[in-house]
Amino acid sequence: MTILEAERLSISFGGVRAVAEVSLAIEAGGVFSIIGPNGAGKTTLFNLVSGLYPPLEGRVRLAGEDVTGLAPDRLARRGLSRTFQNLQVFFRMTALENVMVGRHRHETSGLLADLLHLPATSRQNQRTREAARPALARVRLEAEADRPAGALPYGALKRLEIARALASEPKLLLLDEPAAGCNPVETREIEEIIRSIVKEGVTVVLVEHDMRLVMNISDRIHVLANGRTLAEGNAAEVRSNKAVVEAYLGAQGAEHAVD
Amino acid sequence: MRALIEHRLGALLVIGVIAVLLPLTFPSAYYYRVAALVFIFALAAVGLNLLMGFAGQVSLGHAGFLGIGAYAVAIGPTHFELASWLCVVGGGVLSGLIAFVVGRPVLQLKGHYLAVATLGFGLLVFIVLSNEAGWTGGPDGMPVPRLELFSWRARGPDTWYWISAATFLLAAVLALNLIDSPTGRALRAIHDSEVAARVLGVDVARQKLAVFVVSAIYASVAGSYIALFNGHITPDIAGFLRSIELVAMVVLGGMGSIAGSLVGAAVLVLLPQMLTGLHDYEQMMLGLIIMGFMIFLRQGIVPGLTAARDRWRS
Repeated sequence: MTILEAERLSISFGGVRAVAEVSLAIEAGGVFSIIGPNGAGKTTLFNLVSGLYPPLEGRVRLAGEDVTGLAPDRLARRGLSRTFQNLQVFFRMTALENVMVGRHRHETSGLLADLLHLPATSRQNQRTREAARPALARVRLEAEADRPAGALPYGALKRLEIARALASEPKLLLLDEPAAGCNPVETREIEEIIRSIVKEGVTVVLVEHDMRLVMNISDRIHVLANGRTLAEGNAAEVRSNKAVVEAYLGAQGAEHAVD
Repeated sequence: MRALIEHRLGALLVIGVIAVLLPLTFPSAYYYRVAALVFIFALAAVGLNLLMGFAGQVSLGHAGFLGIGAYAVAIGPTHFELASWLCVVGGGVLSGLIAFVVGRPVLQLKGHYLAVATLGFGLLVFIVLSNEAGWTGGPDGMPVPRLELFSWRARGPDTWYWISAATFLLAAVLALNLIDSPTGRALRAIHDSEVAARVLGVDVARQKLAVFVVSAIYASVAGSYIALFNGHITPDIAGFLRSIELVAMVVLGGMGSIAGSLVGAAVLVLLPQMLTGLHDYEQMMLGLIIMGFMIFLRQGIVPGLTAARDRWRS
């Protein structure tokens, strides 16, 4: 089954085509990676798919339904969640509270009940907390539950974002450079976490610069350069693709690499 | 004892006890009067704090809602012979509705743009109140009939002290309830990262609108109380300076701190009274003291002192 389909997606910023006619079809289950040199349009593609930017042209389908131009919160309620390349953590809330916000789409108590702290709100808080703790444990942050997020180190915050997204119980999870700025040990941890997420049947779309991580973990890789699709295939196919090597190393570098 | 202090509403219990004992130290009715004003302004400040300190959205026009609440209890009984208490409720409903209509387009703006748009709203209310002299008495204002509940009349400053203290405590309980709830978490999330809140399924526009409406109702009730308490009202209640004063109370006391809103209101109501002895230098001294507070306790008085205490302990 195709869980996410993008059809000739395009967007321009000030006349520059950041993403141009990109099409991709992502099968449910597994890891689908999007790679490319800096400025290739990877994050922009994420922003288009997750509803942060409305596309200039093209369509997005989630589980077969047209969701083009739908707001991010509506998409979230349909099971699409994501993390951010530059941290978007709720710094003034505790680690646990961050993850609890991830449960928002499952919460039902209304404004009036919340103002009056009715039993419905207490029960909701309890349920949310119970669901958030395991998500925090999955990224091994349960010991930091009650610390303010602002006091956590960088690597922990990267994992906190993943826990928060997981708490929303997505069908499709977009991870934007989860290993950026992480040391090799932390990167290994991230890899383990991604594998466990996939095992649970969540489809992961990954944007990442750490090629070892990408090649290790991806079922399929989509390569972008200058906002356009350059190639798509499995790890071996992409690695041996001449156009891909050129895009990363430049035409001259590629010649040296072949020599 | 310790559990009591650390309970969600522990701070309010302390404030409640202080509110009950404080009058024992009052040498004259004048003290009741000033203390009542502190609680009334704190009520408005707590509402604005929900908007500013929790959701992170500024309003430079909140005195507009003070004005709507104030004139509701002036116009209702005078022109329509409605009961005053009914007009307090009606003013709150009207303010909520206006906040709902105004908030929808305005809250899509951010930062300085939101500040200027809400400023415009405040000015609009002020101008309507000044110009519609047939209803409002124009710039000279109008008298406000006393609050009557059945045959009981609320008039003395001591009566208003108790009414405003009780209302403030109730409003603070609601505000504290909100913080630790799904709605409260969504609002605090919006404050820290709107984009992350959105991708987690938070309907940002709706949550901002909801808290804007709640904060408008808080301000409206405070405005009604001021009018009923003073027995006379002028459009200045909705003026730009009043809006700024409310924002200053929230920031000075501490954004996101409910107790801070009470402290901020207390400082800005009490200081001018305490400085009257300085005559010509009163305003200057007031400005200097406010600047001093912000420079040395930049998170606001209550969060700043709390942080200092925690540092001292460790």
